[in-house]
Amino acid sequence: MDPAALPVVQGFLYPNEAELQWSILIVLYPFLTGLVAGAFILASLARVFNVHEVRPTYRLALLSALAFLIVAPLPLQLHLGHPERAFEMYLTPHTTSAMAMFGFVYLWYLLAVLLLEIWLDYRKSIVLWAREKTGLTRRFYKLLTLGVDDIGPEALDLDDRAGRFITIVGIPSAFLLHGYVGFIFGSIKANPWWSTPLMPVVFLFSAIVSGIALVLLVYMATSALRGKAVDMACLDTIGRYLLYAFLVDFAVETLDLAHRMYEADESFKSLDFMVRTKLYFSHIVVQIVLGMFVPIAILGLVQLVKLSERARRGLYAVAAALTLIGIFAMRWNVVIGGQLFSKSFLGYTTYKLELAHREGLGPAILLMLLPFLILWVLVKLFPPWEEEDEAISPVRAGRPS
Amino acid sequence: MSESRRDFLASAGKLLLLTGPAALAFDFVVSGRAQVAPGYSAREHWWGMLIDIEVCIGCGKCVKACKEENGVPEGPYFRTWVERYHVAGGVSEHPDVDSPNGGLDGFRERYRAGDGAKSFFVPKLCNHCATSPCVQVCPVGATFESPDGVVLVDKDYCLGCRYCVQACPYGCRFIDPRTNTVDKCSLCYHRITKGLTTACCEVCPTGARQLVDLKDPKDPVHEFLRTHKVQVLKPQLATGSKAYYNGLDGSVR
Repeated sequence: MDPAALPVVQGFLYPNEAELQWSILIVLYPFLTGLVAGAFILASLARVFNVHEVRPTYRLALLSALAFLIVAPLPLQLHLGHPERAFEMYLTPHTTSAMAMFGFVYLWYLLAVLLLEIWLDYRKSIVLWAREKTGLTRRFYKLLTLGVDDIGPEALDLDDRAGRFITIVGIPSAFLLHGYVGFIFGSIKANPWWSTPLMPVVFLFSAIVSGIALVLLVYMATSALRGKAVDMACLDTIGRYLLYAFLVDFAVETLDLAHRMYEADESFKSLDFMVRTKLYFSHIVVQIVLGMFVPIAILGLVQLVKLSERARRGLYAVAAALTLIGIFAMRWNVVIGGQLFSKSFLGYTTYKLELAHREGLGPAILLMLLPFLILWVLVKLFPPWEEEDEAISPVRAGRPS
Repeated sequence: MSESRRDFLASAGKLLLLTGPAALAFDFVVSGRAQVAPGYSAREHWWGMLIDIEVCIGCGKCVKACKEENGVPEGPYFRTWVERYHVAGGVSEHPDVDSPNGGLDGFRERYRAGDGAKSFFVPKLCNHCATSPCVQVCPVGATFESPDGVVLVDKDYCLGCRYCVQACPYGCRFIDPRTNTVDKCSLCYHRITKGLTTACCEVCPTGARQLVDLKDPKDPVHEFLRTHKVQVLKPQLATGSKAYYNGLDGSVR
């Protein structure tokens, strides 16, 4: 290795620790997966918990979850030293490895939950589109009907019940999906910054928070692009649920912090120094103050003070954007922060983020934009808008389910 | 015989013929088996290493020999390395530690005798843990514990995901930049299965490093362990480390 490429180090590192192992791509992976899990939980509010107000975002949340789920494994793939061997994880999985098991959780979630639920929800629309459209698009939708074009009341009722059942299965699956990502980090006893049983819980609630914020922003942005007014009752309800999720997330993260500070084990001084220096900006400023305190204050304010619709819309947008930045910072602080200190607790290294590198900022930005591109295509193919097919989706048509 | 029945039997026969090669292929696919020299029985050995800090002089010959024997890439990549500890006031939570180039070129004089502190060298290598945290996390089983207690890597199977590097508490693993797969001390498996000792033990001028076979009743290690107070690194992590240190100071990480 070129000595100039070595990071700036401080104190003592084990000689093999000079190189940082996991890059920004591994930061993206839990961030993207978290958005999937969170968006799905929001969708399940409409479907299972009968929160009717959030129905305008139901299909949009599902499509967002799918778009981000498709991209989620790509940063991992790009990061591997031998991407061509990745499939071995499915063929010869090592059963004690959290990473290997994650592959199966991912497949389960993609195939058994998300795709199935979306298909069932869109089935009537797909059949109608297959009848209305012409040419290639007609064939496309025809193919997607999977040969079933019965959209009689009985069939639709069955769809609805099956969809509801899948959502009920989907909630623990979404919990599993992101809890598992937390477990991948939380189960590494060699790394005290990661090793805590709270890690899956922290990851889960931060995931819910980020997913709700994402769908809120996507809903506002798509409404603006389409020149439609946003449904304020829907927005207020999402804002309220975002606040609830945030409060739980805040409580769990504070518990983790308090526990670490009070126990102050052998690693504490080293980690504490890191948070006060190298991680100060990304952890204290961005993650905790801007990404958590400010959005909680904004969302709380909206609950306490009567504000105009315009002001509320603005505040929700700001809170949601800060939330996403804060949760990204949280993933960054976990993944990168966990590698900045030596496992000897005697030294620190730095992370040098390059732009045009396989694992650099450039690919990370592209991977972050890709889900939005996929979402755009999905929205074109499967318009999730209420007014276009008032009676199509049993959920959004307000049918008691 | 009807046409369909004949077809069925033909395809069943083909399938049966294919199972032989399939079983062979599967055997080939299954990772986690060490290649051993003829006449060597892995089950009869349980390898580890004894490191006597009291006699290590920090010459770095072991590091050099290891790099040469195992073709370890140049730069900050080490299968074994030596650390120098300098502990002021006898006890310290913050010892002064260095390991320039892994101790490969020895250590330049840095501390004066009689400065009221103690100095000593600590050779490090893979601890060949009996319950290895690195083996536990490998998603495909490319790294594994051999029946004779050596943690090995199948380079043709490793994905290069680096999870094991994160999971090793001792900093013993690195990614070989030439192959993009993980690399680490193999306890010179190619040598020890032929009755030789490791390269690092071979060249150690003071006998500070000793390859030990805990299943061999004639190995002098048993007498040594019985008569000395030995310790492993980071015992609180319960990794089942088999790198036993004599004279290990509490400040060593």
